[in-house]
Amino acid sequence: MDLNYSPSELAFQAEVRGFLADNLPRDISDAVRHGDEVGKEMSERWHAILSAKGWLAATWPVEFGGPGWTPVEKHIFEEECCRAYAPRIVPFGLNMLGPVLQKFGTKEQQDSILPRILSGEDWWCQGYSEPGAGSDLASLKTRAVRDGDHWVINGQKTWTTLGQHANKIFCLCRTNPEAKQQEGISFILVDLDTPGIEMRPIRLIEGGHEVNEVFFTDVRVPYGNLVGEVDKGWTIAKYLLSHERTGIAGVGFSMQSLEEVKALARKVRRNGRPLAEDPLFAARIARAEIDLEAMKITNLRMLFKAQEQGAPGPETSILKIKGTVIHQELKDIARRALGPMAAPFPGHVTEGNIMFGPSDTEMNAAKYFNNRKTSIFGGSNEIQRNILTKAALDL
Amino acid sequence: MDFNLTQDRRMMADSLTRYLADQYPVTHRMKIAYTLPCHDAAKWGELAELGVLGALVPESAGGFGGAGADLAVVFEALGRVLCPEPMLGAAMAARLLIAAGAECDALIAGTTRYAVALGEPESPWDLTDITCTATAKGGAHVLSGRKGAVYGGQAADTVLVAAKLDGRLALFAVNTSDARTVAYPMMDGGGAAEVLLDDTPAILLMADANAAIMDATNAGIVALCAEAVGAMEVTLATTVDYLKTRKQFGVAIGKFQVLQHRAVDMLTEIEQARSITIKAAAELGGPLADRSCAMAKHLIGRAGRMIAEEAVQMHGGIAMTWEYPISHYAKRLVMLDAQLGDTDYHLSRVMAAYAA
Ligand SMILES: Cc1cc2nc3c(=O)[nH]c(=O)nc-3n(C[C@H](O)[C@H](O)[C@H](O)COP(=O)(O)OP(=O)(O)OC[C@H]3O[C@@H](n4cnc5c(N)ncnc54)[C@H](O)[C@@H]3O)c2cc1C
Repeated sequence: MDLNYSPSELAFQAEVRGFLADNLPRDISDAVRHGDEVGKEMSERWHAILSAKGWLAATWPVEFGGPGWTPVEKHIFEEECCRAYAPRIVPFGLNMLGPVLQKFGTKEQQDSILPRILSGEDWWCQGYSEPGAGSDLASLKTRAVRDGDHWVINGQKTWTTLGQHANKIFCLCRTNPEAKQQEGISFILVDLDTPGIEMRPIRLIEGGHEVNEVFFTDVRVPYGNLVGEVDKGWTIAKYLLSHERTGIAGVGFSMQSLEEVKALARKVRRNGRPLAEDPLFAARIARAEIDLEAMKITNLRMLFKAQEQGAPGPETSILKIKGTVIHQELKDIARRALGPMAAPFPGHVTEGNIMFGPSDTEMNAAKYFNNRKTSIFGGSNEIQRNILTKAALDL
Repeated sequence: MDFNLTQDRRMMADSLTRYLADQYPVTHRMKIAYTLPCHDAAKWGELAELGVLGALVPESAGGFGGAGADLAVVFEALGRVLCPEPMLGAAMAARLLIAAGAECDALIAGTTRYAVALGEPESPWDLTDITCTATAKGGAHVLSGRKGAVYGGQAADTVLVAAKLDGRLALFAVNTSDARTVAYPMMDGGGAAEVLLDDTPAILLMADANAAIMDATNAGIVALCAEAVGAMEVTLATTVDYLKTRKQFGVAIGKFQVLQHRAVDMLTEIEQARSITIKAAAELGGPLADRSCAMAKHLIGRAGRMIAEEAVQMHGGIAMTWEYPISHYAKRLVMLDAQLGDTDYHLSRVMAAYAA
């Protein structure tokens, strides 16, 4: 057993760190650190920098333009990106549609679509969830009916993350209402410029706009936009969901949050001493740090297993459950540290030019509330437990 | 033993609940809560007419309530609808004015709106080390310093300010228009202000205000705890409704036992929260008030976060939206912890008694 990175992994880590130091634009890392919205322009600029280096599509094989990293290298890359306050890679094209097309797409689809993901020409969003189909995704109702060379789509998708920036959406549609639920679904690509599509913003708990509703009324798309076989979209959907999602534990983000919380506890002064000297507060940080220390190893153990066996097991659900809870706890501590200084609604905190706590903390309450989403999406933590109940415990 | 409300309090609870349901529904709340001044002056006048402000003041000072149980009745009703009006300041100010032998008439009538400024950025709850200082100047006093998160300060006519005078904790009244205030809506709705004092003229109310400030803080804690209990109950009821109506996998999600048990855990926590609030309300003004209020605020802080997080989680995405009211209940239940001492602060107060 050896818990250390190998010499080549260490060299890789140093290379990534050096690259980020030289190439991550300061305004972008500042925005991430500050909790500002990383808008379309910044995301695209950062994607382009990584793309030029050949590091954008971390999960893609070399033949499609990926860097050909091992799971551990992917992990190192993500960890370093978090340390440097790089923005998250927008996953819909790169980590979702890309792998799907590589496995299920036609040669023509691969050739025409994958390069546009790498170049940033297309911004994809994910049209899975519907108002009536969340955890029970297979009950989705959006209909696609074949009409000659076209599909005609009617229905509604919701929770579409960053759809406001996207020009394309991949959708799960019902193509055979007679068949068993899972057997009548198809995976269809849609251009968001197509007539009949309307996108409306959904405002989230903390006030931000990151998700949308998308309405489809007689939307006609070419028949060739189907990926894989008709009525076999569920296999693709499952592949996408269970496809190795590096960073599902969010260890890098939690490490980032932990460092922030420690620095904050040293900076915030309460009754003549730093908050870090308050044993109750320090205990909160320590508990989270201990959980995270274990999670780092749990994560590496599972990466190692995936590397040995070629595929991750159902244990990734453990990473999702515990990883999100640790991160949410750290966000709670960061908000808590400010006490009443966390009260102002974001956007008002600089009014009158007075400080409300140490710099870069004015979004702490907003981030705490926003992060409640992580235990809900991507398969809620309850659904992950259902998976483990069966797959890990055979109950 | 009798856990029933007295007839007067029941009537207050009923009429206030009816008024708020008619006049301060969620739709109205959303118009007021996040836009300065986060205050509806007309509705404030109506609340005063209804006797809500009078219920915060004892008969001896011209009101018809003033006990812990009166505060609890009023604030529980306000909490149920997340009313953003600056009532906390009124409840605390009433006790301070009475302790100082000052009039409460304008407070009861709703014509003077009060806020209470105790904490500072580096001493939000424990006032031993506050830096706001009073100096005598030509027979009167001036104050200098910064008061942080003054709830209701954005809409107040008068702010009651805690400041050091000759090394002691004293209480002053400041006209809001004489001070520089930086007003803001809060994360969970309602308004507050930073009050910046710089040789600001002030009227001395009490030269030694320690005990009175403690008592007013306890009253504020009872109010916040009751407000939280009201908000928790609505949160649970809404969650249970949702569990019954939301279908996934062909059944109402409330059929999943894991969610049933978690809803029951919420119920249990709320019963505990109600009990500790009743206890704190009963002890208000008496020798056990400090201890009971510390216990209550600690438990409410813990339960508030649990109820908020569980409600959101069991709803799924919908409770993450601004449009669905539970998101606002969740924010209130979480943010309320930072008012008048958070769960850790009050835990350490309870712990401190063990060593003595
Ligand atoms: C911020 C955000 C961004 C999102 N982005 C996208 C996106 O880009 N594209 C997209 O397609 N979707 C997206 N989603 C949707 C997300 O995947 C769903 O919210 C999620 O699948 C849960 O569905 P739901 O919200 O309908 O909750 P429901 O499925 O209605 O669940 C409600 C509650 O019931 C529980 N529950 C459900 N079934 C069971 C069961 N069998 N046993 C026990 N408990 C159960 C759930 O865990 C939850 O607590 C996003 C959601 C959010 C909040």
